[in-house]
Amino acid sequence: MPKRSIVPFGPQHPVLPEPIHLDLVLEDEKVIEAIPSIGYVHRGLESLVTKKDFNEMVYVTERICGICSFMHGMGYSMAVEKIMNVEVPRRAEYLRTIWAEMSRIHSHLLWLGLLADAFGFESLFMQSWRLREKILDMFEISTGGRVIFSVNKIGGVLKDMPADMLNQFVSILNDMEKDLRATTKVFLEDYTVKSRLVGVGILTKEDAIRRGAVGPMMRASGIEVDMRKTGYAAYNDIDFELITSKECDSYGRCCVRIDEIFQSIEIIRQAVKKIPDTELSATVKGFPNGEAFVRLEQPRGEAFYYVRANGSKFLDRMRVRTPTFANLPALTQTLQGCQFADVPLLILTIDPCISCTER
Amino acid sequence: MEELQKDIYKIEKVELLPVIMEKKNDYWRLLQICCAFADGKYEVTYSFASGYEIANYRLVVEKDEEVPSISRVYKAAIFYENEMKELFGLNVEHMKVDLQNKLYRIDAEVPFMKEEDK
Amino acid sequence: MAQFLTFTKTVMKNLFSKPATTAYPAVPREYPERTRGHVEINIEECIMCGMCMRSCPPGAIEVKRAENTWTINRFDCVQCGYCVEKCPKKCLSIVPGYQEPGDAKFVDSVVKPVVEKPAEEAPKPAAEVKPAE
Repeated sequence: MPKRSIVPFGPQHPVLPEPIHLDLVLEDEKVIEAIPSIGYVHRGLESLVTKKDFNEMVYVTERICGICSFMHGMGYSMAVEKIMNVEVPRRAEYLRTIWAEMSRIHSHLLWLGLLADAFGFESLFMQSWRLREKILDMFEISTGGRVIFSVNKIGGVLKDMPADMLNQFVSILNDMEKDLRATTKVFLEDYTVKSRLVGVGILTKEDAIRRGAVGPMMRASGIEVDMRKTGYAAYNDIDFELITSKECDSYGRCCVRIDEIFQSIEIIRQAVKKIPDTELSATVKGFPNGEAFVRLEQPRGEAFYYVRANGSKFLDRMRVRTPTFANLPALTQTLQGCQFADVPLLILTIDPCISCTER
Repeated sequence: MEELQKDIYKIEKVELLPVIMEKKNDYWRLLQICCAFADGKYEVTYSFASGYEIANYRLVVEKDEEVPSISRVYKAAIFYENEMKELFGLNVEHMKVDLQNKLYRIDAEVPFMKEEDK
Repeated sequence: MAQFLTFTKTVMKNLFSKPATTAYPAVPREYPERTRGHVEINIEECIMCGMCMRSCPPGAIEVKRAENTWTINRFDCVQCGYCVEKCPKKCLSIVPGYQEPGDAKFVDSVVKPVVEKPAEEAPKPAAEVKPAE
């Protein structure tokens, strides 16, 4: 039997934007087992519900993560609205959809950049982040923040996007689409990029279910599940196809995310065309009492919100099951049997967000 | 088994493992496990999903009561069970991997429990 | 050949086009009008109800009714805008312009001018900024 050795990976590593630690059990260059350990950025935001009132918590939940911050606020608001039976005005739901899809574009572009950085294609990384910058500017124009938007509230949204702003955004996105095609073509067709991605990190359909993978990770293994199809917010009015891949490898995950960028642009176009003119928020009276769970599709996958209220202004329990938490067991599965040099790349293909994971 | 509200079922401890096995054999994936402490009792919710379907199973246990681990059936449960144990002090029996309250490396013991409930 | 030189077009384009970055700080950044930079108060309209103080998630605002002062620690403020939303008199606003970094945290304090009961035209004292700690 070859000699085994354990190599620590992280929490500080050039490829990791956030701290996660893995103990890799190696046999020569081959990974036999990977044992992840987290706990470097735990903040205990979930337990703040007993100290901050349920309206204030919208601003706290947004700060769970810096990338899908909008969707965290949205998921929490949706859960409380479900308990209180609040009918959210249609325009607010459309605006939420538009902001959520913009978040998805920006998250996927960020991921593409990090992926390029992981396999050492620095200029491709710059190119992806250059495109992402335009989305951040659009966020700043529409909400006033580049990362944390603070536009959600229980019962609707706080800021409106007037028609000329929406049309301006659509034209920016239309212009961007051409640049995007040129940049994503490199990911999909370049020989060197493909040699790093194709056939690396196989996660079969069965393993994806057994390990509870979510989001693009799951769809790249051929499972057709996208929470947007359950029709929350304004998604029930919008036509879109599920994007899946049968490749089951890193290349498949890359394809799914790239296609989702273009799909998001299309969803925004449709939403801007169909947006109705109604109020921005419904009046919310009283305190929530009861429990509700909400599932929504974040850029990284399906997030699960559980809120339990007791009729006072403080909630009993808020639980966020973030996509990365569900993808960690799938990560250990893909790492088994891979080459040591592919480890950084494979960690990236689940699009890890450790702040989300630990909350 | 009793339906509390849509998609949330209350189960007894003896029903837990049969339910879990049934879900596993039907290819349902583990969505999450959530622990809450209310009215002096732990509420442990196991959520499963298959496609867009969802089923939540609620187990209510006393403070010192033990909860059987499902991590030998669903490997993904390891993190959830360690999390519940560390944050709420829920007594989960026979976990496949027991991280000894070192998942989040917090100084405080059972930080998610209120002072008066400890 | 499709697999090779896929990036060449982008490289050539980047060589002969203007940089995407700006020459900050030589050219100052222009913020859009909705930018949430810092909280400002129109102290004349403030009724010292303390709603902003109670709603502030990080607890950066302090309202002292007895001394007629409204105090904000701009280093603690997270610019969420919840105080602006909660203010019953709508005298708070969130405007562009970020707090500049400093070597110590300090608070901005605004004193509400005392309006004499009869219609005497007393000169209103200007809002002052005093460092604390």
